[in-house]
Amino acid sequence: MSKLSRRQLVIAGVVTAAGAGGLALAAKIAGRYGLVPPDSGGIYGPGETLTYAAQRLLTRHSLAREFSRSQISRKPLMNEVAPLGADFQRLQKEGFADWRLNVDGMVARPASFSVAELKSFPRSSHITMIQCEEGWSYIAEWTGVPLSHVLQLAGASPQATHVVYRSIQPDWWESMDMADALHPQTLLAHEMNGGELPVGFGGPLRMRVTRQLGYKSLKYLTSLTITNNIKQFGKGLGSSEPEAGYSWYAGI
Amino acid sequence: MNPALQGAQYRLQKGSAERTTRAVEETTQPRHSLLVRVTHWLTAMAFLALLVTGLELVVSHPRFYWGETGNVNTKPLFKIPIPSSRHLVPTGYGYLLPDQNGWSRYLHFQSAWLLVLTGFVYVGVGLSRGHFRRELFPARPDLSAKRLMRSVAEHLRFERPGAEEAWSYNVLQRLAYLLIIFVGFPLIIWTGLAMSPSFVSAFPAAVNVLGGQQSARTVHFFLTGALVLFLLVHIFMIFLAGFWSRVRAMVTGRAASR
Repeated sequence: MSKLSRRQLVIAGVVTAAGAGGLALAAKIAGRYGLVPPDSGGIYGPGETLTYAAQRLLTRHSLAREFSRSQISRKPLMNEVAPLGADFQRLQKEGFADWRLNVDGMVARPASFSVAELKSFPRSSHITMIQCEEGWSYIAEWTGVPLSHVLQLAGASPQATHVVYRSIQPDWWESMDMADALHPQTLLAHEMNGGELPVGFGGPLRMRVTRQLGYKSLKYLTSLTITNNIKQFGKGLGSSEPEAGYSWYAGI
Repeated sequence: MNPALQGAQYRLQKGSAERTTRAVEETTQPRHSLLVRVTHWLTAMAFLALLVTGLELVVSHPRFYWGETGNVNTKPLFKIPIPSSRHLVPTGYGYLLPDQNGWSRYLHFQSAWLLVLTGFVYVGVGLSRGHFRRELFPARPDLSAKRLMRSVAEHLRFERPGAEEAWSYNVLQRLAYLLIIFVGFPLIIWTGLAMSPSFVSAFPAAVNVLGGQQSARTVHFFLTGALVLFLLVHIFMIFLAGFWSRVRAMVTGRAASR
């Protein structure tokens, strides 16, 4: 190969500058259209952003696979959970009559729903798979009130970008973007396989996000906060998962 | 001695960088294009990162199933007799391996992007330049049973290839590379995507055709084994052919003149 000529160096410089400029422009556009995940800082940022942006563009309205009744796992796996604490046990002893789901943030009508109220709302069911990040999976029937219905009842603002949801377990919280929040399969589940949602599987109330790994389907839901500034929660990475080293977006 | 080589030696003895470069130019010829070299090493880096992080992910649940679902309550296809990094799996060992799933997953998926994007560039530009037809497609006569068997026998004898072989891949090499590039990697990428709940929601056929999510996971694992086997054979063969001269050729793009 001959020595680099000045012309080749200039061309290389122009191409690099154009490439860098193009990337910066793409990043700016991606940010405006909500294609950048909150945990996009750091050395794994490029991969996370590419994944989240690609999935958001490809799968906005897609439905997770729904299975037939005969495909329901006979022995679904109850993942281990840290001990649930005195508050939970007190509520459990009273049959969760005093369990409340608080809804606040960018809503016209903040609310606090009991489990009985949530059960009285329109209900939706689907037979879908839970896939854990460890690699195992099971299929179950989930019944609950669509999150979109609850957001509508509370008068969620059209400017909202994320829904933050919390568990009774301290330091365990999650969030999803509006594409998932308004998705028809996203449920506040209170029943599993036709019966009460067992405590081991998140009872009395768990979120069901069907197009992401199981850890987004948070157990023991106690509150929802509708927001347009996800960065103000916790360490600004979107959920407690990136704070523990895991991806905020778990659709892969 | 070849007068050009004599002159080159003289210039080398003089010790100047410029004269050494010209000497290199006269005693070597271009062998691998910039496209091939850059994509080769990027792919190697990405693959190593994917392998290490992938093995870490297996450790969190060292059991494999078939069909749609599987967990510790169901009968596995097979178990890997190693300790796990999570409590959930009863491995029989009294301890847990370190749990590195967090960053492993981040790196695994970022490396997957590097692999796929590099692959697109390599295949796209390679096809447009006729790289595959020239370098990797075997000539029809070489595909006869007799010639194939001869090549297999040569390889099994661990024969050191002659100098000529540095300039044209032999038939077994061509078939192996084509298999890895156009079958091995696409399949492992497909089975990987088939484990993505989001991707599968948009393209359910990707996982349904494989027989289910756990089948995808198991096939992905076996493909890993196949690619690792290829890697080991590849490195061993490079050794037989002259490790540093081949690596230098894949870095500088030039190899000793034929």
